[in-house]
Amino acid sequence: MSTQAPERFLDYDKSLACIHCGLCLSSCPTYLETGNENDSPRGRIYLMRAVQDGRLPVAGAAVTHIDRCLGCRACEAVCPSGVQYGNLLEHTRDHIEKKHQRSPFQTFLRRVAIEKVFPFPNRLKVALLPARIVKSLGVEPMLPKFAREALSLVPDNANSATLPEVSPARGETRGRLGFISGCAMTAMFGETNQASVRLLNRAGYEVATPKTQNCCGALYAHSGQLELARECARKNIAAFEDGKFDAIIINAAGCGSTLKEYDHLLHDDPVWAERAKKFSAKVKDLTEWMAPEMATCKTKPSDCKVTYHDACHLAHAQRITKPPREIVKAVAGNNYVELAESDVCCGSAGTYNLTEPEMAERLQNRKIENILKSGAQIVVTSNPGCLLQIKAGLKKAGSTVEAVHIADFLDRAACD
Amino acid sequence: MHPEGKTSLSPRIVDAFMAIVGKENVVYGEQELLVYECDAYTLEKNLPNVVLLPRSTDQISQVVKICAQEKLPIIPRGAGTSLSGSVLAVTGGVMICLSRMNRVLDIDFRNRRALVEAGCVNAWVTNAAKQKGFLYAPDPSSQSACTIGGNVAMNSGGPHTLKRGVTTNHVLGFEIVFPDGEIVWLGTRPDGSEDVPGYDLRGAVIGCEGMFGIVTRVLVKLIKAPQAYKTLLGIFESVDEASQTVSDIIAAGIVPGAMEMMDQMITQAVEAAYHFGFPLDAGAVLIVELDGLAAGLDKQADRVVEICKKNKAREVRIAKSEQERMDLWKSRKRAFGAIGRLSPNFLTQDGVVPRSQLPEIMRFIRQTSDKYGLRIPNVFHAGDGNIHPLILYDERDPQQVKNAVAAGNDILERCIELGGSATGEHGIGVEKIDFMAKQFSKETLDAMKMLRRVFDPETRCNPHKMFPGSKRCGDFAGKKQISA
Repeated sequence: MSTQAPERFLDYDKSLACIHCGLCLSSCPTYLETGNENDSPRGRIYLMRAVQDGRLPVAGAAVTHIDRCLGCRACEAVCPSGVQYGNLLEHTRDHIEKKHQRSPFQTFLRRVAIEKVFPFPNRLKVALLPARIVKSLGVEPMLPKFAREALSLVPDNANSATLPEVSPARGETRGRLGFISGCAMTAMFGETNQASVRLLNRAGYEVATPKTQNCCGALYAHSGQLELARECARKNIAAFEDGKFDAIIINAAGCGSTLKEYDHLLHDDPVWAERAKKFSAKVKDLTEWMAPEMATCKTKPSDCKVTYHDACHLAHAQRITKPPREIVKAVAGNNYVELAESDVCCGSAGTYNLTEPEMAERLQNRKIENILKSGAQIVVTSNPGCLLQIKAGLKKAGSTVEAVHIADFLDRAACD
Repeated sequence: MHPEGKTSLSPRIVDAFMAIVGKENVVYGEQELLVYECDAYTLEKNLPNVVLLPRSTDQISQVVKICAQEKLPIIPRGAGTSLSGSVLAVTGGVMICLSRMNRVLDIDFRNRRALVEAGCVNAWVTNAAKQKGFLYAPDPSSQSACTIGGNVAMNSGGPHTLKRGVTTNHVLGFEIVFPDGEIVWLGTRPDGSEDVPGYDLRGAVIGCEGMFGIVTRVLVKLIKAPQAYKTLLGIFESVDEASQTVSDIIAAGIVPGAMEMMDQMITQAVEAAYHFGFPLDAGAVLIVELDGLAAGLDKQADRVVEICKKNKAREVRIAKSEQERMDLWKSRKRAFGAIGRLSPNFLTQDGVVPRSQLPEIMRFIRQTSDKYGLRIPNVFHAGDGNIHPLILYDERDPQQVKNAVAAGNDILERCIELGGSATGEHGIGVEKIDFMAKQFSKETLDAMKMLRRVFDPETRCNPHKMFPGSKRCGDFAGKKQISA
């Protein structure tokens, strides 16, 4: 074991806030699957501290189990001590990426596929092209398992419709909103973005989608590339700064939680710290903004059972669980059913299903089993990653249950 | 690290374990074992030789048989939420974790019982039964993570056990693997009647702190959830007056579901953390929860208000909605989490005194606080006289660490003098071994040891716990701790 004390990467007080009580254990999806303390939040914080104290090297057990963390932050929501697990994880991952030599395949996956493609909607569209060709040719069975799994996530009917720079309100204008179009959302769920804007317009808001915005930086922050994440943050703050917006709306939970944390990300930057704080305070998830509108929003009642899956970055990172349910219940009425383990991660977790395919699949199966048990015909959620993961899982299970983004669900039901 | 605690186990034995439970369910090697060096009691640490994550009783039995042949210590473990080091591998050994045996197997609503695997999380039992209006009564503050098996081992309590009793009152029977690998069922069988003739061996095992064997499946009692609740918050100028109120309520023949007290310092911290609306200038707040049939509950509540007023309560509030009630309990159950706002470290004790002695022990705690120059906020199960003084200190100051340990010892000794005990619910484990000799005579301790040898003649099962003279881990530095 290494004995010299490594450079400091953990905020000492933040890591000491963990009093090792273990109340987080049963909330952790990977611990639920393996039962191994190393795969629990308490265990991982113990590993982080051990690396910090020089008791463990930046290799072996520490890297394996910290890689296996989904970053779903379910542990944060149940922690009585208020440990900022997500923050500790990001700094530990940053340290690992600097100090740990990965296999060539993992390096390619992380440095090229994830960092050079996903955050750029146009590159992502190009990258998806061969995948779609393979799928349309029906030669998937000839591919190795990991490629088949990755491929199964590519949606059959991806669409990349773009948004106009300004979409006017319908009727009297009640306010002006900024809209974050997102990378995966733009490349694969363009119509969902259009539906989101339509809902806001219908509720009386003018919606601006500045062209100068870029990736929110979540994929960088979660995979331990904090400087790249900060660069994204600065660009987005600049893009929305002069717009005089009542709020900045996002319909992807993963991006939303990062956008709301720009103030933490840039707190050491004298030029940007204040501006980041103002920006983050304005960010609202689409469901937060729309739930209060439901009283006046006319909808057609749904005629089949509907359930709701909590996206981790909405339920845990942003603690938003009631507004989306209010929306779904407003449409579904008595046809709404709760999903067992609705807030246990589906295994998508950003790019986790690429870097940790085995655990991702276990959690996908767990999620699909619960969805099928619920008896619902529609499962609603609020994040592109979850949507892809659940759609792929349902298809694999040969199920007819439909997975729908909450914006599409509401847009379909809305009537004048 | 204890010399016997080195992770040396012959590859032959590890291979045998792998053949039984599967390679992926064997945690082996120093790096992987590090997180198993302690539970929620972090003052003493040592590595087990290997950790196994079995999936069935049969696998456990096979593993335990190998341990018996090889004379290896066995340490059963649930979620590792023990506050007394109950699952510390004092001299290494084979740690058997029930974390993968966590299912609710069957709920028999007609007979009001549930069969669960021992690794099932406490709160999951109630979750599985609540849609039909039932619940599992014992509710330790760690109930969202701690396991039923661990509850059986520690005979766990919680705020609402004032009226309902502790684990032993809610466990009908269980399956246990004895230290020689034999599987037996003690007490009521899942399909059997509740009156079991002969000695109550079920009762003997509950609270054994894992020293009699490994409990693998448990048949628990479900109770009908109360029809109505009435939750009152009494606000007092002093801890003395609130303590007197507790005694008076019980003396008046009222048995609330729970009675919990928080003094000023902890109330301020809890308010800062959870914003419930507690007054910051009150000497103490008392939560009294009445439950049962809706009819008559108002009358009881009136009586409680009257008693509070008689003891100079400044104000008595009644929770207006289920949400407000839940928020109140959330604040109380997560009180220890708020301690991080007061101090970098704390040490908690869970001594017990007769209810009538609550004012006296509170006075003594104040004196102790002055004597050692350490702040000691209090949050506790007032209804059963179970105190939780939280001794605040900073581990970076060695003198404070010494003082904190000394203050804790003084308080527990006083509890025993007042006719109470050194632990209400956290157990003896390794933490409170020294108090056993103060609480019990040598003859009594010998009798306990004789009982233990009936189940575990070689004393291999969870060794070095509970009894004076047990081996201790050397590393005894101040670390953070939580209270229940």
